[in-house]
Amino acid sequence: MNALIVIACLGIAAMMSEVLGFKKLLLPLVAIGLISVVGLFVMDWNTSIRYYHDMLYFDNYAIAFSAMVTVLTALWLIMSKEYFISTTSKAEHAALILFCLTGAIVMISYSDLSMLFIGIEILSISLYVLAASNKHDLRSNEAGLKYFLMGAFATGFLLFGITLIYGASGSFNLQEIANYLSKNSEHLPMFVYAGVLLMLVGLLFKVSAAPFHFWAPDVYEGSPTLVTAFMSTIVKTAAFAAFYRLFATCFSDLSGWWGETLAIVAALTMLVGNVLAVMQQNFKRMLAYSSIAHAGYMLMAIVAMNHISAGAIFLYTSAYSIASLGAFACLHALGANDNEKIINLRGFIAKQPFNAGLLCLAMLSLAGIPPLAGFFAKYYLFYGVIQSGYLWLVLVAVLSSLIGVYYYFRVIYTMFLPREEEDGVLPKISGGHKILLTIVAILSLLMGIFPGILQGIL
Amino acid sequence: MLTLLLLFIPLIASPLCAVISRDKVKYFALVVSLLQLAAIVYAFTLFKSDIANQFGVNYWWIQSLGIAFKAGFDGISILMVALTNFLIPLIILSSFRNENENPKAFYGLILFMQFALVGVFTALDGFLFYVFWELALIPIYFICLMWGGKDKVRITLKFFIYTLAGSLLMLVGLIYLYLQTPGIHTFDIQSFYNVTLTPEAQGWLFWAFFIAFAIKIPIFPLHTWQPDTYTDAPTQGTMLLSGIMLKMGLYGMIRWMLPIVPIGINEWGHFAMILCVISIVYSSLMAFVQKDFKRLIAYSSIAHVGLIAAGILSLNIQGLQGAMIQMLSHGVNVVGMFFIVDIIQRKMKTRNLAELGGLANNSPIFTILFMIVLLASIALPLTNGFVGEFLLLNGIYQYNAWIAACAGLTVILGSVYMLRAYQAIMLGEPNAKYTEFTGLSKIEKIILVSIVSVIFITGIYPKPIFMVAQPALEDILVHIKDIY
Repeated sequence: MNALIVIACLGIAAMMSEVLGFKKLLLPLVAIGLISVVGLFVMDWNTSIRYYHDMLYFDNYAIAFSAMVTVLTALWLIMSKEYFISTTSKAEHAALILFCLTGAIVMISYSDLSMLFIGIEILSISLYVLAASNKHDLRSNEAGLKYFLMGAFATGFLLFGITLIYGASGSFNLQEIANYLSKNSEHLPMFVYAGVLLMLVGLLFKVSAAPFHFWAPDVYEGSPTLVTAFMSTIVKTAAFAAFYRLFATCFSDLSGWWGETLAIVAALTMLVGNVLAVMQQNFKRMLAYSSIAHAGYMLMAIVAMNHISAGAIFLYTSAYSIASLGAFACLHALGANDNEKIINLRGFIAKQPFNAGLLCLAMLSLAGIPPLAGFFAKYYLFYGVIQSGYLWLVLVAVLSSLIGVYYYFRVIYTMFLPREEEDGVLPKISGGHKILLTIVAILSLLMGIFPGILQGIL
Repeated sequence: MLTLLLLFIPLIASPLCAVISRDKVKYFALVVSLLQLAAIVYAFTLFKSDIANQFGVNYWWIQSLGIAFKAGFDGISILMVALTNFLIPLIILSSFRNENENPKAFYGLILFMQFALVGVFTALDGFLFYVFWELALIPIYFICLMWGGKDKVRITLKFFIYTLAGSLLMLVGLIYLYLQTPGIHTFDIQSFYNVTLTPEAQGWLFWAFFIAFAIKIPIFPLHTWQPDTYTDAPTQGTMLLSGIMLKMGLYGMIRWMLPIVPIGINEWGHFAMILCVISIVYSSLMAFVQKDFKRLIAYSSIAHVGLIAAGILSLNIQGLQGAMIQMLSHGVNVVGMFFIVDIIQRKMKTRNLAELGGLANNSPIFTILFMIVLLASIALPLTNGFVGEFLLLNGIYQYNAWIAACAGLTVILGSVYMLRAYQAIMLGEPNAKYTEFTGLSKIEKIILVSIVSVIFITGIYPKPIFMVAQPALEDILVHIKDIY
């Protein structure tokens, strides 16, 4: 809880920095703030305290995910250092990112549907602005508008759902709703099911699952690369944490009813994401589709809904987000002159073998090849899903992983091709991007070789 | 301890290749691989064939999930590791004359490959086995991608996705097995052996494992990646693939399939057996019409390993013994063959049978060595190929005489296409268009002579190999005989 207050205050301080004139101190301040926040989370471990009349509940699940999004934000800041130095409105950017993080943590730790809504809104509204922050670029404007319209739409669904559930149970509190549902499981009114369905649709919109994914590629492609990186890692993690929390606490008794539907959505999401990613020539767009596909894998854990699901989502989101950040760091550094084509990577291995090797590791982790983090996360996920009896879903996941290998390896082999004249000069990766890439590679290897570090905690 | 040593010498040496200077890195790799060879020879002196899991290590890797770092040697493992550690120095030696732009990565990848291969052959934990199995794929992918021929990008990707498809299927099978283990789930191979499964589940598991192994081996109709990959890969890559890597599939069948799904094999084995026979006949016929010598060897390799797989599926001791010895022989012979292809290619700048001819006039030593390797691969008595093929056919005959008769065609067809190739390359008039064939260098002689001596030693006195493998193979068969 203290951590949440610190982050919110940090956000306000960032906004004030322009007025009070300590802009130069902003980055160190944010960095120190985030590190201390992680420390505060670690101190809260195993305490499980409820705050504000049970509006927020910091159990280990919430703390683990909150700490993870904070760490991811810190990693993200490493690569955005240059961005914050060059841009004129860095105070606003920093503040918006911190507010996003606040929203994310509220989303993760809610135990009341109104807090879920507030968290999503805090997060989303900051993101709408960030998506359109490159205001001279038409695509960025388009992304912002599209994201806003779609986000509002999804929130509408979510609110309808919350209303119906409230109408039946008379409470916003997750625990009370769960009690109501289990007590009256024999004769639930029809509109409870409608409410669950509407909330499901709203959340599926947010995590960009098929068939509600159409906004994602355009928004991801149009937004500034750094914002895309933030959206497809930190925001996605928070959305899944919220999704799982809702369905695990409230609706797990009804899983016979929504399980099959969600399983089909998961299968569809994996296939759509992976198949469409194969066809992309643009690296950024490919990563957008790959992020849709990974959402499908994570949905499988919610479908499975057993004692390891929480751990599986935690492991998977961390492995995926870390590797993704690496890929985005490369994309950001290399795409300096708006060249975001995959083919722009030609000759990468010959010119910068070390950086190219690191990108290779990130790609292998995304593809789920041992001994990298992505593999163990995938294994753990599959194991949980088979345990719950969804063997067919795992077979679909296996098939779509193979399709995934195809396009991740296309990135890898493109690096080995000779550079042509038309490609121009390949920018050098250095500074923050290089540091981030190195951290990503080390973490991916560590989490892959010693998966016990993160596996046991949830 | 010895297991750890055998695993970690190449693993540690592999990144060290990056810091050694370009000219010296090949010597470094050779020294490391010879060290590995010495270690396995030392292991043989301590080895007692009737004890399972020797030099074993067993640490928890992820204790809460029952995943252990458990590895050790029995008669089967030690022979496979011996094959690996014997061939890798030869493979490294064979690359000494290559002009290599990036030798550090090349030798680093080969040593990393050795680590993964030793791991596959010694792992006694399902999860560990799977990780090594996949790990072996990464270095060979990069070797083929960086040093392959013209069409390398498409071919290597096909190869990777093909084999990964099989592996993932196997992973699903392994997780299923894991969930069937009683009490706290574990990946330990012994609990896999003792698990009770319904016949239906065994049928599904059989296919999950068989497809994974059949892709690696490869068996018709899952072989389509193989000829392209073998032809397009650099010589050392082809040697690694054909000499050692495809043995992973055969080894997997013996260790991870037979004892775990005996009822499944009883149910579906005949079907798989027929696939093996089709594989043998089909690829022999394909070899017959090839113009490219390297491609011909690639197809002949499918025929040989098809016979080995059939011998394993015949489920008797003769078949398994034959499979063991033929795995070693095929590994040695095929590496010899691909090295000969490489020599011809390097000296004549072509490996098209129609453009070659009359090489025998220039280098009598090469002619003789080539002849011996060739005769070994068509299983002439006194060579290693004969012992293996004889036992394999014997085992298959006990299973079913008709299948044995069809599989036996490989002996005839094999001699036809091999001798035809020999005739086209070595005999007749030299092709005037091409440069003259020069004699063998010292390194080439060392490699070929060591291969030929192994061919004769195992051909004339194969008994030690039988002695080493016998108890371990009987252990495998016990699990099958329990069922019947």
